[in-house]
Amino acid sequence: MTTLKPVLQVTDLNVSFGPDTVVRGISLTVNPGECLALVGESGSGKSVTARSLLGLAGRGAHVRAKTLSVAGYDAQKLSTRGWRKLRGAHVGFILQDALTSLDPLRTVGKEIEDVLRLHGSASGSQRAARVIELLQAVGLDDPVRRAGQRSGELSGGMRQRALIASAIAMDPALIIADEPTTALDATIAAAVLGLLRDLRRGGAGMLLISHDLAAVSATADSIAVMANGRIVEQGPRAQVLEDPQHPYTRALLAAAPSGKPRFTRLSPSAGAPSSAPQPSGAATTAPPLGTVDAQPLLRARGLAKSFPMAGSADFRAVSSVDFELFPARTLGVVGESGSGKTTTARMALGLLVPDAGSVEFCGEPWSAAAESARRARRPSLGAIYQDPLSSFDPRLSTASLLADSLSFGATRNPRSYSGEISQLLEMVGLHPDLAPRNPATLSGGQRQRLAIARALAPKPKVLICDEPVSALDVSIQAQVLDLLDELQQSLGLSYLLISHDLAVIRHMSDDVLVMKAGEVVESGATESVFTNPQHSYTRALLAATSSES
Amino acid sequence: MSIHNSMLPLTDPVLVSAGTRVPRPGATLARRLVRRLPTVIAAVVLLFFILAAIAPYLLAPDDPLAINPAAAFSPPGPGHLLGTDESGRDIYSRIIHGARPSLLIGAAATAAGLGLALVLGIAAGFGGRWLDFGIGRILEVLFALPGLLLALVFIALAGPGVGTTVLAVALTTAPGYARVIRGQIIALRASPMVEAATVLGRSRWRILTAHILPNALAPVAVLATLGLGQAVLWAASLSFLGLGSPPPAPEWGTMLSAGRTYLSLAWWMTFFPGLAIVILAGSATVLSRSMKAASSQ
Amino acid sequence: MSPSATTSTRQGGALKASLRWLLSTLAGGIFVLWAVATAIFFGIRMIPGDPAAAIMGGPGSQASAEALEAARIEYGLDQPLFVQYFGQLRRLAVGDLGTSYSLKSPVSEVLAEIVPSTLVLAGLALVVAWLMALLLAVLSTRISVVGSAVEIISAAVPHFWLASVLIMIFSTALGWFPPVSTNTPGGLVLPVVTLALPLAGFLGQVMRDSLEKAQHSAFALSARARGESEIGVLLRHSLRHAALPGIALSGWALGSLLSGAVVVESIFARPGLGRALLSAVTARDIPLVTGVALVSAGAYVLIMAVSDLAERLVDPRIGEP
Repeated sequence: MTTLKPVLQVTDLNVSFGPDTVVRGISLTVNPGECLALVGESGSGKSVTARSLLGLAGRGAHVRAKTLSVAGYDAQKLSTRGWRKLRGAHVGFILQDALTSLDPLRTVGKEIEDVLRLHGSASGSQRAARVIELLQAVGLDDPVRRAGQRSGELSGGMRQRALIASAIAMDPALIIADEPTTALDATIAAAVLGLLRDLRRGGAGMLLISHDLAAVSATADSIAVMANGRIVEQGPRAQVLEDPQHPYTRALLAAAPSGKPRFTRLSPSAGAPSSAPQPSGAATTAPPLGTVDAQPLLRARGLAKSFPMAGSADFRAVSSVDFELFPARTLGVVGESGSGKTTTARMALGLLVPDAGSVEFCGEPWSAAAESARRARRPSLGAIYQDPLSSFDPRLSTASLLADSLSFGATRNPRSYSGEISQLLEMVGLHPDLAPRNPATLSGGQRQRLAIARALAPKPKVLICDEPVSALDVSIQAQVLDLLDELQQSLGLSYLLISHDLAVIRHMSDDVLVMKAGEVVESGATESVFTNPQHSYTRALLAATSSES
Repeated sequence: MSIHNSMLPLTDPVLVSAGTRVPRPGATLARRLVRRLPTVIAAVVLLFFILAAIAPYLLAPDDPLAINPAAAFSPPGPGHLLGTDESGRDIYSRIIHGARPSLLIGAAATAAGLGLALVLGIAAGFGGRWLDFGIGRILEVLFALPGLLLALVFIALAGPGVGTTVLAVALTTAPGYARVIRGQIIALRASPMVEAATVLGRSRWRILTAHILPNALAPVAVLATLGLGQAVLWAASLSFLGLGSPPPAPEWGTMLSAGRTYLSLAWWMTFFPGLAIVILAGSATVLSRSMKAASSQ
Repeated sequence: MSPSATTSTRQGGALKASLRWLLSTLAGGIFVLWAVATAIFFGIRMIPGDPAAAIMGGPGSQASAEALEAARIEYGLDQPLFVQYFGQLRRLAVGDLGTSYSLKSPVSEVLAEIVPSTLVLAGLALVVAWLMALLLAVLSTRISVVGSAVEIISAAVPHFWLASVLIMIFSTALGWFPPVSTNTPGGLVLPVVTLALPLAGFLGQVMRDSLEKAQHSAFALSARARGESEIGVLLRHSLRHAALPGIALSGWALGSLLSGAVVVESIFARPGLGRALLSAVTARDIPLVTGVALVSAGAYVLIMAVSDLAERLVDPRIGEP
């Protein structure tokens, strides 16, 4: 705040690895006390940019720039030694996942002390005292004990705070944070972002790197949107968010599901007409096909499940969960990690036997039935997962996977089902030319489309979707969510949709269950739950995610 | 700012095209060949030894048993490429003719070892908690006599000979293979792939035969290739120690054992048969590595 | 809960866990020794012919009639099988390993004489192998060809050939080291190198994999971003991670050392466990074979326990709930 000299000034930065140029002529400026967010999807070059600013772009990287001034130093003139003096002392770096970014074999105290040892001349006892001070400053309780623990012994939020402590130990002029909250639950992420905001108030400039435009909007003063190694749009926060100029920025904003009513398209609609059965009205809010009067397809009563833990009491993953899923409707289950969402899904799928309670499917016992009795009814209940590739037999091609599913496991020879396979592929928006390919060679979005096609092959009534879009970029997520919407409308499917992402759940669900620590804390029609939350936890979740305001 | 880029990912959402992976231009062809060179060489070497085992007279027309006392202990040179032994027999011919018994012993031991490992590994992987526990304890005992020790104890009980060598080597190598196979099966049983097959309504039998076994047994080919080299090496070690097949036969280990006596006099008697084993085992290692790399891609 | 209460309960838990670990390790060890003894006991009796002859040199036994008679009495071969079996177990339990047929002296005395020699050889080789392995691992992360070459050589070069080649070069041709091993420093060089090289190649290759992973990990990146030098990253972070799989493979290392010792001790004419085993196998001296097998199995059990402890020391994540 004292000087106007920028802590980061980059003009025309290019980074290439051999023949591949991954960053093309980008320019960035960060002033003291200011936060610039660099936003882009995977492969956009944002992480390489961040690492280049520290001289850590990696082996074989060729970095060129007209200006590369980092914390007042001309980085292009720095020797190896000079870089080492800069790193940690004048620039603090915070990486995504503190579980892997802190050495799992060393205590967090030692990791933080390293910075002080490398850049300061303070004595051992002074350093130890400073470590405690830092841990306190980032809001860790019982800092003396925390300093002696390893990253594996701390929770995700605590770890990330410890990593931040190591980045700010020398009061650096510039802090670079690469996806600092991506691995965290919403409520924890909000708190960590709050901590980063406080740091900026201390006068440090900050470069915040994220894939999520919405997540950075509350923290950033200005935003740069990056795609394919270029900055496509850059400007003050309000301008970029409210009046985006570049089509890519507009598409990114449109792809975010938050605040979009049910059945609104999130991805740009296809220009070419497709033979896939698509509903006509793309951006309309079509009413749900099913009605609550019908008999529920899936009904759970008093579900409970505990897992034995070595040397301590059983872990109660789920206690007393009730829900009903009606035809052609979507029931969203939202909760943070460890809330029991996936255990609930596995019981609904008949993969786990509940300790108490029961699941009924189409009005008949499901969880209480023997697997041999369930097997004949399984085609009516499909599932898709967060990581589709691991659910495919690695030896099978795309076409063989679908043939296997179409023939109910009788054959993998795609020849006798070639017509159906092409139809299925088109239905999920995949080109039929992909049929002979191994799924491992497909992109993340293509794999999830294939997983949906496989699940649809036996003509199910219900799909259980466990975090179906969590591993995908926001634009791909938008496409997959749109696809799920289309299929629901054209085929009358029912979804049990499980996600940690409140925005996804709100956009996709008719009814919602909010889970915490194995219990349903709130349930009801989605809009009424989200507009008028009754439980304090629901309110906390909403507050943590609605940071745009 | 005003960059228009038609390659941006959001522009063509539906009917995601087939061409996501653009093959690199031809400049990398040379690099790919260089990277595959060790694999190619290893394959050629193995084929050479297999040819030697099938038709040794094609590669070495001389009689490996022909005695010529006048030419005893000739060093490597024009007449005898790799020298001669104490009776004047040509070392090169003996190595080529020794390929058949050596490879046969190696192959038999690998087959027996893998066979035993398959039985133990599959039983442990599928047989339930108690069988797994029991086989685990058996493997632990076998591991407690590692390497040559188990083979030697076995030979002490059964007496030396070719059959014993095969069984001894099989017994030595089986526990390691069994553990790999069991690990594969256990990992696959808990995999999302099997869960997905269950959800699709596949029977347990179908999941076992169509998904778990084929994937679990894929590494067996890798193990067998690596194992062949190792088995030849172990068998030669036993022969070298005087516990293999009897002397006049041109088996590599026996040649080594005979050469040991003349180590300071005629180094080539030990060096070249040993080199044959090193090259064979090395090629098998390279090949198995390439197979593993290819299957994990 | 007050901090002191937390500490005391944690200590109590740790003590309990240690005790449980000790008991299970001990039970596992006794089981292994019992199983080895049992397997050999029934193995001999499954061979057709006179069990006394089987114990004293196999079917072509050179043992005298008196010796065979003495063996019959010593092993109670005239008695029912289970009496013989429990008699053998009782003797083994008190450390009576019987009398060596070929050496004509108690097995326990023979072992006491030769074990230290093998211990010196294997211990030195293990230290040398670890040092070489760490060096190789660090080297091969820089030059990838080194890594693959070392891996192939360690898998393909048998001890006997390596020993022969070393003797040819360093004894016969150069005359630097004697071809017969003594306990002098010069006499130990060739056997130790023969044992250490293949082991170092194997360990180095496993260590390289985890070293490479550690060097490219997020925590190494954050250490560099803190201003840590490459040497600092290696010493303070990566090497510990690299050592872990090396420790986990200690059982394998023992196998390599003991099999190697059989070959090396007999080539370099050095007294020891391996050479005793080889001559016992050649003479089919079952009491001595049993003795060596039990000592080796005991060493295996011990080294597994020690490596387990060492792993917990380097990686405190193991053993924590």
